[in-house]
Amino acid sequence: MGNFPKDRHRLRDGRCYHLRPMATARRRIFVTGLGPLSAFGVGLDPLWKAMCEGRSAIAPIRRWDASGLPCSAGAEVPSELFDVRSAVPKSYRKATKVMARDIEFAVGAAAEAVRDSGLVTRATEGATPTIASHRVGCQIGAGLIAADVDELTSALATSRGANGAFDIGHWGETGMTNLTPLWLLKYLPNMLSCHVTIIHGCEGPSNTITCAEASAGLSVVESMRVLQRGDADACLSGGADSRLNPMGVLRQSFANRLVPTGGSDAPASLVRPFAPNAAGTILGEGGGIVVLEAEDSVASRGVKPIAEVLGVCASQSYCADTVGAQLDTGAEIADAIRAALEHARVAPADIDAIVPFGSGIPSADAAEIAAITDVFGARAKSIPIVQVIPYVGNCGAGTGALAFIVAAQTLRTGTLPARINTTGCNALDANAAPSRTADIRRVLVVNSGLGGQNAAIVLGKAG
Amino acid sequence: MVAHSSPRVVITGMGWITPLGHDLPTVWRRLMAGESGMAPIDRFDARTFPTTFAAQVRDFDFRRYVNDPSIHATAGLNTCFALGAARQAWQQSGLGDWKGLNGRRAGIYLGAGEGVLDTEHYVASNLAGWDAATQRIDGKRWAEAALALMTAAKEVEQEPNMPVAHLAREFGLRGPAYNCLTACAASTQAIGEACSILKRGDADVMLSGGTHTMIHMLGVTGFNRLTALSTSKGDPTKASRPFDRNRDGFVMGEGSGMVVLETLDHALARGARPIAEIRGFGSSADAFRITDIQPEGRGAAAAMEMALREAGIDPHASRADGRAAVDYISAHGTGTKENDSIESIAVKRVFGPRAKDIPMSSVKSMLGHLIAAAGAVELITCVLAIEEGMLPPTINYETPDPDLDLDYVPNAARKAKVDICLSNSFGFGGQNDTLIVSRYEQRA
Repeated sequence: MGNFPKDRHRLRDGRCYHLRPMATARRRIFVTGLGPLSAFGVGLDPLWKAMCEGRSAIAPIRRWDASGLPCSAGAEVPSELFDVRSAVPKSYRKATKVMARDIEFAVGAAAEAVRDSGLVTRATEGATPTIASHRVGCQIGAGLIAADVDELTSALATSRGANGAFDIGHWGETGMTNLTPLWLLKYLPNMLSCHVTIIHGCEGPSNTITCAEASAGLSVVESMRVLQRGDADACLSGGADSRLNPMGVLRQSFANRLVPTGGSDAPASLVRPFAPNAAGTILGEGGGIVVLEAEDSVASRGVKPIAEVLGVCASQSYCADTVGAQLDTGAEIADAIRAALEHARVAPADIDAIVPFGSGIPSADAAEIAAITDVFGARAKSIPIVQVIPYVGNCGAGTGALAFIVAAQTLRTGTLPARINTTGCNALDANAAPSRTADIRRVLVVNSGLGGQNAAIVLGKAG
Repeated sequence: MVAHSSPRVVITGMGWITPLGHDLPTVWRRLMAGESGMAPIDRFDARTFPTTFAAQVRDFDFRRYVNDPSIHATAGLNTCFALGAARQAWQQSGLGDWKGLNGRRAGIYLGAGEGVLDTEHYVASNLAGWDAATQRIDGKRWAEAALALMTAAKEVEQEPNMPVAHLAREFGLRGPAYNCLTACAASTQAIGEACSILKRGDADVMLSGGTHTMIHMLGVTGFNRLTALSTSKGDPTKASRPFDRNRDGFVMGEGSGMVVLETLDHALARGARPIAEIRGFGSSADAFRITDIQPEGRGAAAAMEMALREAGIDPHASRADGRAAVDYISAHGTGTKENDSIESIAVKRVFGPRAKDIPMSSVKSMLGHLIAAAGAVELITCVLAIEEGMLPPTINYETPDPDLDLDYVPNAARKAKVDICLSNSFGFGGQNDTLIVSRYEQRA
C-alpha cells in the first residue's frame, strides 16, 4: 500500500475513502443517567438483577387473547410495575390521557433517566433547572404506533350498516365524533419526544427517529452529532415502543420475525440468539432513555459519569427484499462497526464485549455473525456477547436503548450478565453461561432493524 | 455552530411529485401562475366528512422512475412518490451516470411519513372481532379475520422506514441511513441532519427529503377531529388561505420532495454543478403544549436563529446593497389561525423591523400541506426562486388580517433578486426546523 494515508480506509474492492476528513475539535460525551423501562419495571436494578440471575420476562401474552396469532408470547410491562401518572408532575397528569403506551414508556423512562443523572429539570416544580432549557436536546426513537384497537373499534362499530358492514357515509357524518378530538395525537411518533420535551423543558434540537429496531441507536448517534456540533450541552436520547397489541404482533408475524409459539407454556426458552436452532424473536415492550452530557457540563456539575460514548456510526444494509427474507450479508453492519471504532479511535482488539441486536431471527443473526467475524477475525469467537432480547423481548424502537443501558452497566460493574437459551453457537462466544466478572473497558453496541438501518456505538469506561 | 473548517454542502439534484405535477418545470410554472391543486377527494368516499377535498397527486405511475419495478412491487403509495422524486433528483445530480460512486459513502436521510393503512381490511377485521357486550376485541376472532384479510406486504410496507429501504436499494446507498418523523417538520429536519452528517465527514453524498400521504379515511378523520383542516364549503381551490383573515385550517396535500446533497469538494471533483448551498440548519422544541404553539413564537424563533447563526447571517443587518439579511422566507404557513399568526410573530422576533421588508409566502396555498414531505418541497421552491428570480405567491389572500402585517406575496408571483432564502417547518407537538439556502458562489 506504500504511503497510503493513515486517515483513509481502503475497501476490499480497492477503493478508498477518508475516514475522518474533518478533524473537528472533539467534545467528549458522557452517559450520566440511565432510564430503562422494561417488563421488569422501571429502573436498572430489577432489570440487571434478572439478567444476572438468568431470568426472562417472556411469558404468554395476558393483555388480550393472542392465542389466535402465530406467536402469542411477549414480555409485557405489568401495570403494577409502571403507572405513567407517577412519572409526570401533578400539573401534567391530564395529558397522560392522550398518550399511547409507547409514549407512556418514553415519559417513564425519561423521568428515570433524569432522576438517575441528578439533573434538575422543569419537572421539578419551582426549582431552577441545572442546564438552561435551550441547551437540552431530545432525540427519541419511535415505532409505528398502533391505534388502541378497542378504542377505535368502539367508534367504528357505531357506523355499521344494516348488513353489519362498515358505512363510511355514516362515519363521516357522525361516527367519527365518537373518537376523542385529540385521538390522532396519541399516535404520532413524534409525541414521545414532544411530551418529554414539555415535561422536562428541553428546548434544544429535537428529533424522532423511526427506523424499527435501529431507532434508539440512531437516536444516540443523532444526539452525539448535536452535542459535538455544539447545539446542546445535554440530550435525552433513546427510544420506546410497544408492539404488544394485535396489529403490532400481526405485522411482525407477517414479516417472518416471530418464533411460532404453538401454545407453548414456556415461551421464554424459544428466543435463542445465534443458535443453529434459532427460529425467530419474541416481542417485548418498553425501552429506555439515557442522559448524554458534554464533558464541560459534566465537569461543572462535578458528577461521576457512568460511561463515555467514544464513537458512533450508521449504515444501510442492502436489502434484496424488505418484506420477506430480509437477506443481509452483514457487510454494511461491518462498515458501521469499523467506522464507529475509527471514530472512537480504538482498534478491534480493544473491544471487550459486544451487545448486538441478537434477536434470534435467523437472517439477522447470520448477518451479525458475518459482520462480527469480518471485523474481529479470529477474536470474534472469544469476545463475550451480551444478550438482551431473551430477557425483555424485542422492544422495537426501544430495544437499542436497553442494549445501550446494559452495555453501560456492564462497563460500570465489570460484570457480564448471564446468557440463557443459546446452545451450539460456534462462531461467537454466545452460548448460555452464568454471570461473571471480567475486565471490561470498551463495549460495542450494535442495532439493526427491519428495513436495513444499522447503528454501531462504542462505549468506554468513564474516567 | 459548526466549526469553520467543516465542508460546504451543496444541492446537486432536486425532484418532486406533487399535486401540481411530477417534474420541476411543470410545477414551477403552475406555482408561478397561482394554480391550486385542490379538488374533491376521490381516493375514498369523503362526501359526508367535515372536509371533502384535498390536493391529491394524480396520474402518477412510479414504474417510469425505477430500473426494475418488480423489486418495488409491494411499495406503498408514499414509497412510490419517493421513488419518483428521488429518480429526478438523482438524474439531475448526474450520479446516475457516474461510475465512481462509493455506495458506502452515500447515505440517505428521509423525513418520510408512515404508509397508508389497508383501511378496508383493517376496519373489517376490527369489526369482525368486536364484542359489543364487553366493548372489547375478541382476540381470537380478530386474529382469524386479520390473518385472512390482511397481507404481509401491505402491513410491513407501512413501517415509516420503508421508503428508506426502497430508495437505498434503488440507488445503491449503503452509508448512514435514517428516517425521522417529526410530523410536519420531518423533511426539513432530515435535510438539515443530512447536511450535518456530510459536515461531520460520515458521508460524501446524501439523498434526502420526505414523502407522505395522509389522504385516507383515518388520516382525514384524525385531522378533522383535531379541527385542523379547512371545512370550507365553497370552491376547494379557495380553501387554503394562509395569512388571510378568513383562513380556517389547512388543506391536505401529498407527495414527495427529494434533494441530492454533497460536500462541495465531492461535487466539484466529479464535475457536478452545485445548484445551491445549504448554509444553515436550526432545530428546536417549543416544550410548551402538544396542542398549542408557544404564543410568543419562542421555539420557531430559536430554530430560525440557530440556522442564521450557522449561516453567519445577522438577521438585523442589511447587506451592502441595502437588502435585508434574507431575500425570501418560505413560510410554514399552514392556513390555521394559530400557526400563521405565531409564525408572523416569530419572524418579527428574529428579524425585528426588517421583517416587513422580507417577502414571505406559503406554497401550501396551492399545493396543500404535504405533512412530512412539505419541508423538502418548500426548500426546492426556494432554490427555484433563486434560480428563476421569482417568488411564488400566497394565493387566496383576500382579506388582510390586521394582526398579520408582513409581506405575504399576495396572489401573484413576483420578480425579485433572490440569493438567500429561509425555509420554516413546524411540527405538531412543537418540533421546529429551519433551513437557510443560498445561491452557490465560489469562495476561496
